[in-house]
Amino acid sequence: MIDRVMSDIRLDQTDAPGTTTMTMQRAIATALADALADDPSVLVFGEDVGKLGGVFRATDGLHDRFGSARVFDTPLAEAGIMGMAVGLAMNGWRPVPEIQFDGFSYPAIDQIVNQVARMRNRSRGAFGMPITLRLPSFGGINAPEHHGESMEALFAHVPGLKVVSPSTPDEAYHLLRQSIADPDPVIFMEPKARYWHKGAVNTADAAVDLPVGTSRVVRQGRHVTLIAWGAMVARCLQAAELGAEDGVEIEVVDLRWLKPIDAAGLAASVSRTGRAVVVHEAPLTAGLGAEVVALLMRDCFAALKAPVGRVAGYDVPYPSQVLEERYLPSIDRILTGVQETLEFRRG
Amino acid sequence: MEGTGSTDSAGQTNAPRSDTGDRDAQSISGPRLTLLKLLYERMLLARELDRESVAMQRQGILPGYAPARGQEAAQVGSASALDRARDFAFPTYRELGVAVGLEADLVGYIASHQGAWHGGMYDFAASRMAPINAVVGAPVPHAMGWAMGEKLAATDGCAIAYFGDGASSQGDIHEAMNFAGVWNLPVIFFCQNNGWAISLPTAQQVAGGSVAARAAGYGMPGVRIDGNDVLAVYDAVQDALARARGGGGATVIEAITYRVGPHSTSDDPGRYRSLDDEQSWLTRDPVTRAEARLRASGLDDAYVAAALADAREQVERVREGVLAITQRPTAEMFDFVFANPPAAFIAQRAHAIAELTND
Repeated sequence: MIDRVMSDIRLDQTDAPGTTTMTMQRAIATALADALADDPSVLVFGEDVGKLGGVFRATDGLHDRFGSARVFDTPLAEAGIMGMAVGLAMNGWRPVPEIQFDGFSYPAIDQIVNQVARMRNRSRGAFGMPITLRLPSFGGINAPEHHGESMEALFAHVPGLKVVSPSTPDEAYHLLRQSIADPDPVIFMEPKARYWHKGAVNTADAAVDLPVGTSRVVRQGRHVTLIAWGAMVARCLQAAELGAEDGVEIEVVDLRWLKPIDAAGLAASVSRTGRAVVVHEAPLTAGLGAEVVALLMRDCFAALKAPVGRVAGYDVPYPSQVLEERYLPSIDRILTGVQETLEFRRG
Repeated sequence: MEGTGSTDSAGQTNAPRSDTGDRDAQSISGPRLTLLKLLYERMLLARELDRESVAMQRQGILPGYAPARGQEAAQVGSASALDRARDFAFPTYRELGVAVGLEADLVGYIASHQGAWHGGMYDFAASRMAPINAVVGAPVPHAMGWAMGEKLAATDGCAIAYFGDGASSQGDIHEAMNFAGVWNLPVIFFCQNNGWAISLPTAQQVAGGSVAARAAGYGMPGVRIDGNDVLAVYDAVQDALARARGGGGATVIEAITYRVGPHSTSDDPGRYRSLDDEQSWLTRDPVTRAEARLRASGLDDAYVAAALADAREQVERVREGVLAITQRPTAEMFDFVFANPPAAFIAQRAHAIAELTND
């Protein structure tokens, strides 16, 4: 089995003028700084995001540059943070709160689900909720309990929310700018396992103009499509490299937006390949993969040569550090899923 | 200034107080009398519309209603103290008197109970009143956040968060008060302690017996007032507003009152409290008390009769407006969910409209 940390495949091969190589957490801090500079209504707040610069340093330098009226630490209370965001948005601000870890958004779930997601609707459009919740998400960093949750299906199921997860530093920069600019609430799920990986970031291009809900093909192939998001995109690319050595040409689609899902983009890829496997860290049952499968059934039924596969986490609480690599979809499990799809025969 | 009520603690339920009769008999004049007339007329409107709303529920016009009878002074007095040019109120689902005090469109308020739209259909921004919110305690941090927005903008508006003795048990209340204390925010935490959270009396709800006393723990003033004395309520809120605008931060006001009616039109208070308990509060009725004070100040039967007739006339117009709300367009389910709706959502909206039109 390939050691997953052996190779850090660069997803961005461009070295165009105007790009800077940086980590994802630096790309996030850069996006926040540019948003704060461009729009005086943007506020960044959360636990330890001020002086400390965030436990992942994703807000590093912002407090010094913009001051405590724009970037501030809150008491340790997630429901209070999200409830405050609602009130700030009702008063004309554009809040970008952080909840420090995925699992700690559960104490704020009433405010997120019953209030953030519904206030625009409840107020018949009077009070928009241009809130971007930055949520360090997913596993793979050897952290304690509640620091490795994959909550995308839960949030995607809530009417009124949009959900997105970047896979590279460049994606993190642009998707965060786009999320903050969007007039609706966005759950921005940052893949913790990718925070320290570097990539080229072009802060000048106009990705903000791309429609919300656009996926991207990150590697072309003609035999099967792997569909992933967050940290699983890099792992799928590693699997594709290995597949190519055996003559299997794997296409990899970075879904990016988990709501709205780019059904047309997925259908375009899977119509070409005729086979697909969805890969996610979240537990299998009722995970977002099921929604992807349903969309492919609707849009590519005639083109499908095999049932769409799913490679996912197990239906268990996210395990402790010693076991977490056995929980997460490995390159081996991804390639096994690909193999099963390729070997499927009707009747 | 006249007193804002005592700080004695409530007993098993919110026991009626005996020291208010003298105050009700005190004569007032000038601007103070003009103010009391305004508050009385608003309380009459709230009382009459509340009565009519219960009737409309019995007539099948409203699917359900949360009666506010007995709490008119707390609601009208507090909302009337606000400055609609700069302050903002965050209501619960039992806040008819607040809507009256802020001169919100009352057809739009009742529209929530009529089932036309959950949050109501009044002009939320212009009325300075957030949509009706059914999650107990959840709007309180919104008021705190709105107040944070005022502080960051260096403007002088003040938020008022309405909640009850039941909501005081919720963690959201603690978090909001703590944030407000840490940042010294211009917000009033206005608790209507009406004695009952559906079936649970305050004594089994509020440890220590006082919501106002908790303010000390957050480093902010807390006052317990006679919530059935409309001038006392008005004064307490005016004091808190002045403190907030002067940079003095938040205040907790606990207005002791009584929910004379059921929790909702589906509730049966006979299962959990005695008729004696209810009757004892009728002698402290806020509308009757304001009327007594107006009479002591020289107003006569003709004034009272005219005020009542005017309230009933307004209620009749509200009833007509409510009856005029019949069906809502299918598209409304979709129209306010997103400001920037995704393509699939727009397609689902079109599909729903086509599907439901073909029925």
